[in-house]
Amino acid sequence: MSNTSHEVAQGPHHNSGAASTALSAHSIDKKFPGVLANDSVDFDVRAGEVHTLLGENGAGKSTLAAVLCGLYQPDAGYLMRNGKRINLSSPRAGLQHGIAMVHQHFRLVERFTVSENVILGSRDLPFKLNRREINEKVAAVAESYGLPIDPDATVGDLSVGQRQRVEIVKALYQGAEILLLDEPTAVLVPSEVEKLFENVHAMTAAGKSIVFISHKLGEVVEISDRVTVLRNGRVTGHVSGRGTTDTKELARLMVGRDIELNAQRATHAIGHEVLQIRNLSLSIDDVAVLTDISFNVHAGEMVGVAGVAGNGQRELADTIAGLISPTSGSVGISGAMTTDCGPVQAREVGLAYVPEDRLGMGLVPSMSILDNLLLTRDRKLVVDRVSVRPEASRLIEQFEIKANGPDHLARKLSGGNAQKVLLARELSGGRSATKLLVVCSPTRGLDVGAIETVRRLLNDARSAGQAILLISEDLDEVLSLSDRVLVLYRGSVVHETPGETAQLSQVGAAMAGLAAEGRS
Amino acid sequence: MNENIWILMSADAIAIATTLILAALGALFTERSGVLNLGIEGILLTSAISSFLAADASGSIWLGLVVGTVIGAVLASIHALLSVVFRANQIVAGLALVIFGTGLANFLGKPAEGKSITTVIKPLSFGPLSDIPVIGPIVFGQDIITYFAIALAIVASRYLFSTRPGLELRATGDDPATVDAQGLSVARIRIRYTMVGGALVGLGGSWLMLAQSAGWHQAATTNGLGWIALALVVFAGWRPMRIIFGAVLFGFTLQLPFTLQAEQITFIPSAFLEMLPYLATLIALIALSRPGSRNLLGAPRALGTPFVRDER
Repeated sequence: MSNTSHEVAQGPHHNSGAASTALSAHSIDKKFPGVLANDSVDFDVRAGEVHTLLGENGAGKSTLAAVLCGLYQPDAGYLMRNGKRINLSSPRAGLQHGIAMVHQHFRLVERFTVSENVILGSRDLPFKLNRREINEKVAAVAESYGLPIDPDATVGDLSVGQRQRVEIVKALYQGAEILLLDEPTAVLVPSEVEKLFENVHAMTAAGKSIVFISHKLGEVVEISDRVTVLRNGRVTGHVSGRGTTDTKELARLMVGRDIELNAQRATHAIGHEVLQIRNLSLSIDDVAVLTDISFNVHAGEMVGVAGVAGNGQRELADTIAGLISPTSGSVGISGAMTTDCGPVQAREVGLAYVPEDRLGMGLVPSMSILDNLLLTRDRKLVVDRVSVRPEASRLIEQFEIKANGPDHLARKLSGGNAQKVLLARELSGGRSATKLLVVCSPTRGLDVGAIETVRRLLNDARSAGQAILLISEDLDEVLSLSDRVLVLYRGSVVHETPGETAQLSQVGAAMAGLAAEGRS
Repeated sequence: MNENIWILMSADAIAIATTLILAALGALFTERSGVLNLGIEGILLTSAISSFLAADASGSIWLGLVVGTVIGAVLASIHALLSVVFRANQIVAGLALVIFGTGLANFLGKPAEGKSITTVIKPLSFGPLSDIPVIGPIVFGQDIITYFAIALAIVASRYLFSTRPGLELRATGDDPATVDAQGLSVARIRIRYTMVGGALVGLGGSWLMLAQSAGWHQAATTNGLGWIALALVVFAGWRPMRIIFGAVLFGFTLQLPFTLQAEQITFIPSAFLEMLPYLATLIALIALSRPGSRNLLGAPRALGTPFVRDER
């Protein structure tokens, strides 16, 4: 263990309670090209407990989980199951030792029924399948852990929460004693999270071990019996006891320094109008999506647009970016009318756009960071990589992007780093200096460290005099960053308030459509 | 109107359907595993001439069938090597196999030109059943391979939908990552079924040669039946039972022009009728090569996509 790591408690319990230790990993090393994903990591989980692996994206927790379930083989170190050394050559070998992984991206065949998915891969089944018998057994396993599910339902028709339940039932059906849950709450709504935690308790009560992988501090404290914190592939802390840990300490172990999630509004001067939207309306297939929207964004000002998803946010952003032509009304950027003129012209007068869909609309996943940067640079016939390369290297450093260099492929970046590349490209200006930045859900799906960086970058851009339109479903984010807050409800701006005095209750009510007036 | 000619036509249509059923089942098994093998026509031709040469040299029709079947599996293994092991573009690899197979067949066929085999596969005899008017020659006048093909389609349907390996096969074609996560080898499953598929196509080609034409006519021996088989899989929605009906339908359409000519019925130009199966094939192949329309038709989700395990 390195000198820089923080030891809150003793390292993993090698000696104490060896009988109850279900699975342990010792001095695990795992290298990937250019990264040491796991560096001498120790970990153990006992029967009937929830042991959490906490860390930022890229800290090595998913790699460790992959080693624990047999998906990866460690370069050094070994695993022990019930005190005996084991060697897992594949996930199947892991299953044979009762270790199963519930992946973040579900491994389910959508066209198959629940039963078919559950039994897929079970070797002890007879050649010919008896569906009735299988359905009964699947239902029985599900019932016993409070995971009701219809064995004949087609998985493609199920909600995300239900699919996760199918994954868990599948692991239990295959005889798993140790379940590794990889970011299980990332895809769930709060009520589903509650249900999942009930299931987790039912499983631990039955003597199963749960390895819970997460970067969300609140839920980690709620569910865990023990927490192991990873940073840069190393164990930086090992915290025991439920509810005794405060989130600040965990956050510090995770990021390596004190962090401030509530980025303060920087003091800055607000300048002239950069974005002018006048009576903007948009109908798609005769359905009104945006209705009579007018507002301005000034230089050095961040305007936040709050609202429940699907109230016209995406269309508003796309209209400003020149991707959609409005039915009526106008969009002006820096005094130039950009209505109907298309994205190229809009960018020429100083628009920068960070869409919600980073790897779909924002970056080309199969291209390098350098080539992604070039997309918004000068449009010459011959691509000039040589002259942009130094800038790319500088941006990678400036924006703290974890990558092997300008040639790193965009699809191999973590979510946070992809977002930083996108911000770096948009903020650094393309064919003209950036005057207006439109960002949509900039921190969605990112871990704590990346969220902090992205918010700081946005603040820096505002301080540098850029006008920013922040469109986000994360109400806390909108409230803590924006100088002014607009609430979009069914395509109209139903509420407007200065950011500093914005009331959570009022904005929340407006988002729910309860405020007809209130627009100043 | 000569009734016999129509009965004869029906019997012939079912006979052609035999090759179609076997080749389409071969394509179906291959595609259900997620591998698109457009090289069916090349395999059919090479297997046909191989079986002819083997049967001619040995004097045993059955040895011919075996050789043709094995050659089919061997050719399919080339496609499996390219598309599963080397992850090549499957459409390109398949087309290459057509060109290779056609060329190889023509080369091997040089000494066979003008020759014919003395013994062909004979229809089974069901005694009095075969003498029933109309139904007799059509239903009870076929040879063993025809009955085998139909039985195989029924067994294939049971295999796909109610056995454990069938479940794994379908899962591999739809969602190989899930199969991989279960510790099953996607590559092994895909190679296995590509080769099994090739063997079935090979059997179809051999049978066409030894029971039907009994003489080598270069590419005209198969006359595009491999392509029609590919289309048949699309029209059957990747379900074996539907292939039987589709194959009989295509068989009739292919036979109809000859019968109409013989009957001197001319209100539909026979060239137009002859064109129909190929037109349908063209449409199906276009649909097959576009991912969007492919999914709409119910194709295996991962059809034509090489599997690469997600690594960082």
